[in-house]
Amino acid sequence: METLIKEAESIQKQQTQRVSGSDALLLSLIEEKVSTIFGYPGGAIMPIYDKLMDYKKQLKHILTRHEQGAVHAAQGFARVSGKTGVCFATSGPGATNLITGIADAFMDSTPIVCITGQVGSHLIGSDAFQETDVVGISMPVTKWNYQVTRADEIPEAIAKAFYIAKSGRPGPVLIDITKDAMLQDFDFAYKPCDYIRSYIPRPLIKEEQLNRAAQLINEAKKPFALIGQGVILGGAEKELLAFLEKTGMPFACTLLGLGAIPNNHPQHMGMLGMHGHAAPNIKTNDCDLLIGIGMRFDDRVTGKVSKYARQAKIIHFELDKAEINKIIKVDAYVNGNVKESLPAVTAKVIKNKHQSWIDEFKLIRRDEEKRVIQKEINPEGNKISMGEVLRIINTIVHGDAIFVTDVGQHQMIASRYFDFKNTRSWVTSGGLGTMGFGLPAAMGAQFGAPDKTVIMVAGDGGFQMTLQELGTIAYNRLPVKMIVLNNNYLGMVRQWQELFFDERYSATPISSPDFPKLASSYGIAGEMVKERTGLQAAIQRMLDFDGPYLLEVKVVNKGNVFPMIPQGAAVNEVLFGDEQAIK
Amino acid sequence: MTNIEFTNYQEYTLTIFSENSIGLLNRITINFTKRKLNIESLTVSESAIKGVFKFTIVVICNQHTVENLIKQIEKQIDVLRAFYLTQDEILHQEIALYKIETASLLDTNEIEGIIRQYNARILEMTREYTVIEKTGHKAETQELFEKLQPYGVMQFVRSGRVAITRLKKELLSNYLKKLEREHNQAV
Repeated sequence: METLIKEAESIQKQQTQRVSGSDALLLSLIEEKVSTIFGYPGGAIMPIYDKLMDYKKQLKHILTRHEQGAVHAAQGFARVSGKTGVCFATSGPGATNLITGIADAFMDSTPIVCITGQVGSHLIGSDAFQETDVVGISMPVTKWNYQVTRADEIPEAIAKAFYIAKSGRPGPVLIDITKDAMLQDFDFAYKPCDYIRSYIPRPLIKEEQLNRAAQLINEAKKPFALIGQGVILGGAEKELLAFLEKTGMPFACTLLGLGAIPNNHPQHMGMLGMHGHAAPNIKTNDCDLLIGIGMRFDDRVTGKVSKYARQAKIIHFELDKAEINKIIKVDAYVNGNVKESLPAVTAKVIKNKHQSWIDEFKLIRRDEEKRVIQKEINPEGNKISMGEVLRIINTIVHGDAIFVTDVGQHQMIASRYFDFKNTRSWVTSGGLGTMGFGLPAAMGAQFGAPDKTVIMVAGDGGFQMTLQELGTIAYNRLPVKMIVLNNNYLGMVRQWQELFFDERYSATPISSPDFPKLASSYGIAGEMVKERTGLQAAIQRMLDFDGPYLLEVKVVNKGNVFPMIPQGAAVNEVLFGDEQAIK
Repeated sequence: MTNIEFTNYQEYTLTIFSENSIGLLNRITINFTKRKLNIESLTVSESAIKGVFKFTIVVICNQHTVENLIKQIEKQIDVLRAFYLTQDEILHQEIALYKIETASLLDTNEIEGIIRQYNARILEMTREYTVIEKTGHKAETQELFEKLQPYGVMQFVRSGRVAITRLKKELLSNYLKKLEREHNQAV
């Protein structure tokens, strides 16, 4: 009898263990297969940081130089690895410094879990030192958030956080933990979450929706597909390729959809949007069937909505029901994960070819090649252009790198000219357009893909917003290749001032430090290039270098990104930059 | 097929079923703030199903806005279902309380006539004041307020709307059973 009781007790002991809330948090993260955490300590999160020392083997903590760096790093990590990014911050300013990154992750559907420390539960609501209502503040920009005030809530809250962040349309989750909850002991047991009754991450795909979509596809003479990040998030690249190759239709990618299918695919017509390629934008208003796949008809893609694809039938393949009919009224939709809906619809469509329709795109592409692309990548002037930097990178890496950008002109140039070959090789801030995203995101991307070459491109403006992360890169010897394209302007805003504000350059000229010297003070190698003659060799040196490297390239000061669809214009009202009205 | 209607404002009653979690009201109202929509009336209470809460919110907007709004609300993790209904699809009531001086009631018998006429009732009477209660649509409780005003209304309060649907829609309890069934099948 006694042995039986002992046995029962030992089984009980195996299932639960008495630990502190801090231990419970870290054990829960280990259960969720987290290996890397980006963060910054502070008073309210100290008990967790203390316990981190006991889990050094399982959990690697990366001390960033600012909480914004931590959250962008978690985003970069998530975007390249397909895992959920994790970051820690303390209460008050630590927590509020995360908000920009959380908002960015919310817009771009990036799965991250943010853990914030909070003042003791007895102090909540008393305006205590470093108290802020981060649950309230982060509510509009999180998929879910929760405040833990008791240690025994931790395992369930973390399990839910990871389930919600990663499933369905991914997004950021914030868990706020009071200091006293970190210090309480309780019997810990972990059970992953796989069901919340009020949450349907995987809607069942309806046969009638598939049939309607297949019918429209089979009837179309000039179908055109728009590929978004939903394909990458759903891991549906192969399924998409099968669908596109069977239907034979041309397609284009949104900014975040780039890389889902290699650029050199014969049906790939380029990028959509304000600075996208001319052909896919113009042909949007010429096709007879427009198919959005895992994308959300952002205003940078649609231009003037009332003039968007009026002639076409529209189908939307989309996981998030709230995105269907949000901006554009559709004729048919398939609500579900594209990983499941694409093979189902592929089975129902007839094998087809649309060569002459594709040739119409190519005609416009040739025009763009002459009027814009060649001028950008093989410029005649003495000054280096942003485009030629990209052209040289392509000739060396051939798309086998992870490309990270900041926000602005260089971002649009990179998205237009980088030779995308692999999925999850592109990290850029799309929906929120967060300047300062590039450097910390590149850092996170390198942790998420340690064996890959990570190349970051930033402008002189955005780089200065988060350049403190050079410290993190130096300390961790992260071999990130950093290119700062310096035009001494906040270039994109300056471009708009030139085109739409009568060349009144209000607050756009900007001074910078000598970036390679700055890098050098962190112990990071680098160089500056001012002349075209040294450019190719410098890029080669950077890519060959074993370790982090900063290359500053002085580029043409008043370069513009074309083609461009001015805000409020229709998608087919594309400017190439050589029109009389612009000159 | 891209033309979206941006005019035609009308009154919609939103019925939202949710789990009982702290902060959910905020999560729901954020969707109104984000679109600069005013909440005309709001009522929250536990529904017929234990643990499931029901929000009734009145908003004035156009069809396209309310459709998007309801989808964004239903997207919140702790929201079970959200519906919007137009005036002719619901039965609704509000309750109003009026406090008047008892003296003014005793001075004249007109108030008694008004109470009878409006199917109101007296809830409490003391030497100082009398509390009158009336249920009905906003227009009706407002009309009574205006009728009582000349006699001096010391306090007046009106509740948010409660509404019940005329439609023969699927009950939430059936929906919850369906969810559990589908989940068990998937597992």
